[in-house]
Amino acid sequence: MSKPKYRILIVEDSRAMRVLVASAVEEIDGVEVVETDDGFGALKELPRQRFDLVITDINMPNINGLDLIRFVRRSPTHRDIPLIIISTESTEEDRRRGLKLGASDYLTKPFEPDELIARVRRHLGLE
Amino acid sequence: MSDEAGGIAEEFLSEAAEIVEQLGGHLLRLEEQAKKGSLDPDIMNAAFRAAHSLKGIAGMFGADRVGALAHRLEDLLDGLRMGRVKPGPSVLDVLFEGVEALDALVAEVGKHTDAGDVETIAPRVASLMDKVTAILEERPPEKHDPLDDFDISSEVLEVLTEYEEQRLRENARTGANLYRVRVEFELSTFDEGLMALSGGLKKVGEVISTLPSGLPANETAIVFDILVGSPKDRSTVEAACEGFDVEIMPIERTKQPEVGASSSPAPMPEPMTGDDVSPSASGKKRPPTQVGAYSARVDEKSPAVEEADAALEAATGSEEYASLAAVARTVRVDISRLDELMNIVGELVLSKANLQRISDSLKSELGFRGVSVDLYKEARSLERRIDLLQKGVIEVRMVPLGQIFDKLSRMLRKMAREAGKDISFEVSGGETELDKLITEELSDPLMHIIRNSIDHGIEAAEVRSARGKPARGTIRLDAYQKGNHVTIEVSDDGAGLDEHAILRHGLERGLVGADQVKELSRRDILGLIFAPGFSTRQEVSGLSGRGVGMDVVKTNIGQLSGVIDVDSEFGVGSTFAMTLPITLAIIQGLIIRAAGQVFTVPLNSVIEILRIRQTEVRTVERQEVIDLRGSTVPLVRLGRLFGLQGSASEDEHIFVVIVGLAQNRLGVAVDQLLGQQDVVIKSLGRRLGNVRGIAGATDLGDNRTTLVVDVAALIEEVLERDLQVAAN
Repeated sequence: MSKPKYRILIVEDSRAMRVLVASAVEEIDGVEVVETDDGFGALKELPRQRFDLVITDINMPNINGLDLIRFVRRSPTHRDIPLIIISTESTEEDRRRGLKLGASDYLTKPFEPDELIARVRRHLGLE
Repeated sequence: MSDEAGGIAEEFLSEAAEIVEQLGGHLLRLEEQAKKGSLDPDIMNAAFRAAHSLKGIAGMFGADRVGALAHRLEDLLDGLRMGRVKPGPSVLDVLFEGVEALDALVAEVGKHTDAGDVETIAPRVASLMDKVTAILEERPPEKHDPLDDFDISSEVLEVLTEYEEQRLRENARTGANLYRVRVEFELSTFDEGLMALSGGLKKVGEVISTLPSGLPANETAIVFDILVGSPKDRSTVEAACEGFDVEIMPIERTKQPEVGASSSPAPMPEPMTGDDVSPSASGKKRPPTQVGAYSARVDEKSPAVEEADAALEAATGSEEYASLAAVARTVRVDISRLDELMNIVGELVLSKANLQRISDSLKSELGFRGVSVDLYKEARSLERRIDLLQKGVIEVRMVPLGQIFDKLSRMLRKMAREAGKDISFEVSGGETELDKLITEELSDPLMHIIRNSIDHGIEAAEVRSARGKPARGTIRLDAYQKGNHVTIEVSDDGAGLDEHAILRHGLERGLVGADQVKELSRRDILGLIFAPGFSTRQEVSGLSGRGVGMDVVKTNIGQLSGVIDVDSEFGVGSTFAMTLPITLAIIQGLIIRAAGQVFTVPLNSVIEILRIRQTEVRTVERQEVIDLRGSTVPLVRLGRLFGLQGSASEDEHIFVVIVGLAQNRLGVAVDQLLGQQDVVIKSLGRRLGNVRGIAGATDLGDNRTTLVVDVAALIEEVLERDLQVAAN
């Protein structure tokens, strides 16, 4: 395979959900996925390489998704990375806060993998 | 379904089952804490997050019923952690019921259960959901927001999740001080530093949120703001940060906390003993000046209380820290991979044995010099390393019994409630380890025994009182290791077994002969409950209250090379003891020759080896027996048992290998003792798999395959024959 054109960071503490999200977005040509299970992992991965998109859960141990969004948006190097929140309808308030902090988009669980793929393509500028 | 899709579904099942188990564990802990009057917000949040995650993945994988129930429980747990729902026994009951139902629903998704179970579960789930709704509707009214008393920047508030905001509010309401602790760490190691610092801070208060506050220009370090609520003053918080370069910024209180704040709902129904978070006490006694407020609460404590607090906090704090670290350092592997690994180790063990034989013959040819010495030394060193490797692989397969004990205590709780009995469940030895496969297989037999104890063992409260027993019954589960075996005991202080009734029943069923009654020991009689065909359900519940499927339990335990024993005193209680090998994978074998064939006897069941004269063998009731220090032990000849043609030794002397499991003893007549060796037992395959008395085959390394004797089955065979002979 040729070198990946897009690198996506998936931050999600549920293993099954991570596998599901990763296998969906990997269907997009040229996408490479980096997975991590909490905010700590995300903070470590971000400076290591360039990312084109971050997909994050909100309710996570250690550092929550909102902290991560604020961090990305305030970081001079990462602030332009598009950020998609994946949350459930019961955490509507948290999602609202995420969007206010500068998240680019959100998806509510459960969602169709095709819906996720479409959003990701849009934020990668593929459409 | 494609492989990938199958794999993903598998991923869901395993994670869902894991989450349900975790949720159950959290609830047990919350229940314990509720008894002491104080719930740990971290555990409440963990329970909430478990339900939340389960709902999330269930939705994605189309497990709608799991999702719907998880959602309802999530709402309830959310209410609890947000302080909207008061924790009480009824709420916990509903949650426990929910975990049981989730367990069943997840099993349904995995098709591990038949449709009948699902149909009975649907109405239960529906009524459960209604109960949750009813609890949630009793919402207390909203009131003054204590966060208004603090000068908190919106910048901080907006990155808090709703839950974190609630914890912040709760801290404010109880009169705690709020601090922002700023700290900088190297980017490469920040997580360790942060965990250590948080661990320290948790000893003096609550870590509400950790905000990463941007990377400095060089991007090799990272700054965090930790939001802490603590009843302690600034210097105490500072002391908790010792060793870290921190900047502590108190968040100013602009207003006094309301007097009488105690009327509002709190996640902690009653303040913990020794802890001074009681809002009414601190609120009223707080000096009117704002500055003094910070230290007032600390000063009110007596030194003893302070000490107890510190010990408690230190204990919980460090435990939490350890468990976080443990999670991060764990790798999950499929047990079949370990089986493969074990097979390879088994083959290595064989190669090692071959190498040793070559070394030995070289030594006898060349004498102990030159290359024979080198080979001998190398073979020795290889042997030691393979031993270590083998031990290592066996250890990796070991899991603590606590894993199933947790599940059992949940089930017991539920069954006791259904039976309308008040039963306390006491557990010890949860840390005892057994092979993963054995542990899994143990769950059903244990459940069966416990169910019997609840249904038939523990008497109704009135009966117990009349018998002078405490109204509340007790069921104990104890596990302990003894050499290469683990014993698990289930005991109750219930009605016990009625020997006379059991014997009467055994006679009626033809399991024992009338002429044999005199010879039966108490143990023999109690053991009748394990006999196949001892009873059907209704007959037994009326009689002894036991024996429901006990033969199945015995068979299950037997398949794990274990034995089960029962002891009981009528009116006082019963104890079931199961003795099992730690692992089935690699055993030490005693290699013997009998009737011209080579057999392997598992060394862990060999008690001793005797050399006796043929003339010392007596025959009682057509069964050969020998005397062993005053007691009579049955003797078996493997050739005769398996119908082999080979002739038995004509020597004046024979060897007798005394094998035993639990209290049973049996002598095996042996012509020759060939040695001792580690062996890997391989299954005989379906065709030969059912030969009673043979556990499998093993390769001894010199191209000789031998059969491994199944000691548990052998003992049973002889004991049963014993009874049959007498009955005829």
